Amino acid sequence: MSQRIPVTELTPDFRGRAEEALADGQLRNNFRVAMDSLMTKRANAFPDADEREGLRELGNRIKAGALSRLPDLLEQLEQKLTENGVKVHWAETVEEANSLVHGIIEARKGSQVVKGKSMVSEEMEMNDYLAERGVECLESDMGEYIVQLDNEKPSHIIMPAIHKNARQVSKLFHDKLGEPETEDVNQLIQIGRRTLRRKFMEADVGVSGVNFAIAETGTLLLVENEGNGRMSTTAPPVHIAVTGIEKVVPNLRDVVPLVSLLTRSALGQPITTYVNLISGPRKPDELDGPEEVHLVLLDNGRTGAFADAQMRQTLNCIRCGACMNHCPVYTRVGGHTYGEVYPGPIGKIITPHMAGLDKVPDHPSASSLCGACGEVCPVKIPIPELLQRLRQENVKNPEQPQQVKGGGAKYSRTERWIWRGWQMLNTRPALYRSFLWAATRFRVLAPKKAGPWTENHSAPVPARRSLHDLAARHLDQNGGRPS
Amino acid sequence: MSQLFYDAAPNATRVSPEREADRHYPEKPEAVTLFGTCVVDLFFPEAGLDAIRLLEREGVRVHFPQEQSCCGQPAWTSGYRDEAKAVARAQLDILDQSGLPVVVPSGSCGGMFRHHYPALFADEPDTLKRVEALAERTFELTEFLLEVCRVQLADRGAPSKIALHTSCSARREMNTHLHARELLQQLEAVERVDHDHESECCGFGGTFSVRMPEVSGAMVKDKTRSLIDSGAVEMVTADGGCLMNINGSLEKQKESFRGRHLASFLWERTNGDNAGEVA
Amino acid sequence: MSARANILGKLRNSLAGTTPRPDEFDERLVTAPWRYAPEDRIDRLRSLMEAVHTEVHQCRSDNWPELVAELLNKRNLTNLLCAPSKEHGRALQAYFEATEQKVELLAYDQPVEAWKEELFWNVEASLTGTLGGIAATGTLVLWPDRNEPRLMSLVPPVHIALLKASEIHDNLYDMMVAQDWAAGLPTNVLLVSGPSKTADIEQVLAYGAHGPRELIVLVLEDA
Ligand code: SF4
Repeated sequence: MSQRIPVTELTPDFRGRAEEALADGQLRNNFRVAMDSLMTKRANAFPDADEREGLRELGNRIKAGALSRLPDLLEQLEQKLTENGVKVHWAETVEEANSLVHGIIEARKGSQVVKGKSMVSEEMEMNDYLAERGVECLESDMGEYIVQLDNEKPSHIIMPAIHKNARQVSKLFHDKLGEPETEDVNQLIQIGRRTLRRKFMEADVGVSGVNFAIAETGTLLLVENEGNGRMSTTAPPVHIAVTGIEKVVPNLRDVVPLVSLLTRSALGQPITTYVNLISGPRKPDELDGPEEVHLVLLDNGRTGAFADAQMRQTLNCIRCGACMNHCPVYTRVGGHTYGEVYPGPIGKIITPHMAGLDKVPDHPSASSLCGACGEVCPVKIPIPELLQRLRQENVKNPEQPQQVKGGGAKYSRTERWIWRGWQMLNTRPALYRSFLWAATRFRVLAPKKAGPWTENHSAPVPARRSLHDLAARHLDQNGGRPS
Repeated sequence: MSQLFYDAAPNATRVSPEREADRHYPEKPEAVTLFGTCVVDLFFPEAGLDAIRLLEREGVRVHFPQEQSCCGQPAWTSGYRDEAKAVARAQLDILDQSGLPVVVPSGSCGGMFRHHYPALFADEPDTLKRVEALAERTFELTEFLLEVCRVQLADRGAPSKIALHTSCSARREMNTHLHARELLQQLEAVERVDHDHESECCGFGGTFSVRMPEVSGAMVKDKTRSLIDSGAVEMVTADGGCLMNINGSLEKQKESFRGRHLASFLWERTNGDNAGEVA
Repeated sequence: MSARANILGKLRNSLAGTTPRPDEFDERLVTAPWRYAPEDRIDRLRSLMEAVHTEVHQCRSDNWPELVAELLNKRNLTNLLCAPSKEHGRALQAYFEATEQKVELLAYDQPVEAWKEELFWNVEASLTGTLGGIAATGTLVLWPDRNEPRLMSLVPPVHIALLKASEIHDNLYDMMVAQDWAAGLPTNVLLVSGPSKTADIEQVLAYGAHGPRELIVLVLEDA
């Protein structure tokens, strides 16, 4: 497993990838079924709408409050963690973060790493980085393990292997591990358990993410169901946690509503099987736990999002995945279509700050702005509003200073002129009425092909008379016409 | 207030609770302005006319300023803020001339007035005041009929089974999908049947449908399939954009099933057989 | 400039001229919906935990060791990791000796490095105490320490936990406040709400992912 894991080879653009995904009936079915189930679970986990809305509001206030004093909180967190014996490191880029992690492993002469689920380590492409330096980095979350075994990337932030069904996993285990084929999910999981148990025992270093970092007590909180997170953070002699700078919350009590929002929104569970609060390495009189605990705080574009008060709301995210579960676009095209670490609505609003809008110019457009994501987001990020804003940044003149990294990627003089024309039509009543007159009068001449529209629809034919006409005539007759 | 909250299960009717749940409705005014919307204007004018008739029957005089055009949404959702703002300003000026309540036969254009105009003019304090006043007096047609006119519909049609498609803006920005339901409930011989994934978007999304035709097309196909499978004989919706999308797709697929605007449906059911009459 | 200085500098720059938002925590939102009559707490905890495949038994401080023996024998387990340095460990030991149980009692009395292989592959079950329980979510609270280290409740395939009925709190917030957690936490606090599980393949629930396959809770009603 120590060879470099290639980034899944993908068609270069979103539309191309979407087309491929849409043509894959199995994939579409896997996603539809899974998303339906996750939506139902979430709905059942919030039987009382008033309670839900109160909690979402509180979640939003806690995160927004934390962001409003983020630098102070980060310093407080660092101080408390240091007091507790945890070493805190800071990284502006993924390269820096990777080299910090590698440095820690090297100092211990480590060669085997087990990793609990961590989206930040996906951002860093840590597995590849370490593999290139001779360190084996094994995913231990069942879904992540499956994905890694197949040289793929996660297609969902909570359910990494959601795009695969049992048959596909069975074949994978058969091909890669020589296990007999079985579609019994229990047996498949037991194969994973056996294989990984030895790794937990032997690993030199455990890597994990962080769900919430508590400044008040200097505590790292992780939620999980499998126990691999506990294994990774407890069994190896060194634990390295990697996280984004936005994960800090002021007080211990803040995690009560946040964990509840997270697990209920993500999986419909009142709480995950394990909530693991880590406040330091093994004490001299203790018999287990890591001897060293490190925290790497990563920026990777977050300060860029932070710089804009509207975009800053993106950093409220607690990575529950509810926005993608409820997204009609994600449900149809799946996570890989997004071509980046974070898929779905959250991916669309956060990736531009990490990779640059010019790397994902189609992201903001890949939404009907239906609003389902914003409706369910547990920390009330107005995702449709932010998408709309990104569309504005996308079409800005690239020669002007940009507010979002890589802005102006979709600038087109032609399109700008079309909209100018549209503006003229809609601000000059006489012109607009002549347009209506012509369109209704010459309706039979309406083109039979109207660009992409007629790929899915019959050609639109204007009515015989416009409402302007009908209304004028009707109101004349009824004497109700405005003066 | 709780009855307005629905959970986001796949087949549930999703509503954004925070926006309109506590909207306060005025007494029935003597006159209103109808903002026709560009899609209705050009493609479903009879629905606009039926909306006028429904309002007039409730004793409300209807003004239709001939200077109106489009609310500005296409440019706004495409990222062309300046162009959207210019068009919005033109509509604001026209609607401010009479200052009458504004009734809109479309959730998305109503949502544009109520929620996006304030965002567009956030940087112009004076205009913002006018915009906020406009937001305050803008009503989606179904909500106006039900909450302001307190309409009582007498059904005169034959028994029928219909499906209701609610636009995402009506559902999440205007919170008016329950109004359409209630209006339909008043029609004795009409049975409204649920369709699979009812709360899911039909895939229109304005320019989304032409920028991402593959995804949009997959969405509308699923929507039309579940409408047809619902057992309804037709679909009604209070949004011109969704109607154009769904009917256009049905026609392309050579399906005979169709949708029509709720205003036309209501007028026909309650006024004998002269609904949808096009002069 | 260090990464730290750059990050903090950028953040401070972006916040220039703003004031921090006030702390608007509303404890009612996390407590009011989650209050129970004292007599209902066990039922609530029990039904939630059973819903996620936890075996819950209600017993007394004088008969639980008997039940443990029964549970182990039923499963044909040959050893049990427990803490002889704790009161419940001693009670169990005494009962097992008196009744000549065949199950071997093991102690976690050396650093994990000294017996990792054995712990990971040969220990069949463990028994630990708990700091308390949470009725709202069906949760056990564990504060591992020298006597009952962290891996004790994680590695063996069967975990038996003792929970005193008097220590079941309504909700996590109440418990945190009652015990003043914010004043200082141990190196590791665990909330455990069932046996380890995963739904990563087709969302089908499978128990026994990486932690215990079975969680058995003994609620001591008189304690
Ligand atoms: S944006 Fe909101 S819904 Fe989406 S993952 Fe983040 S917290 Fe969850």
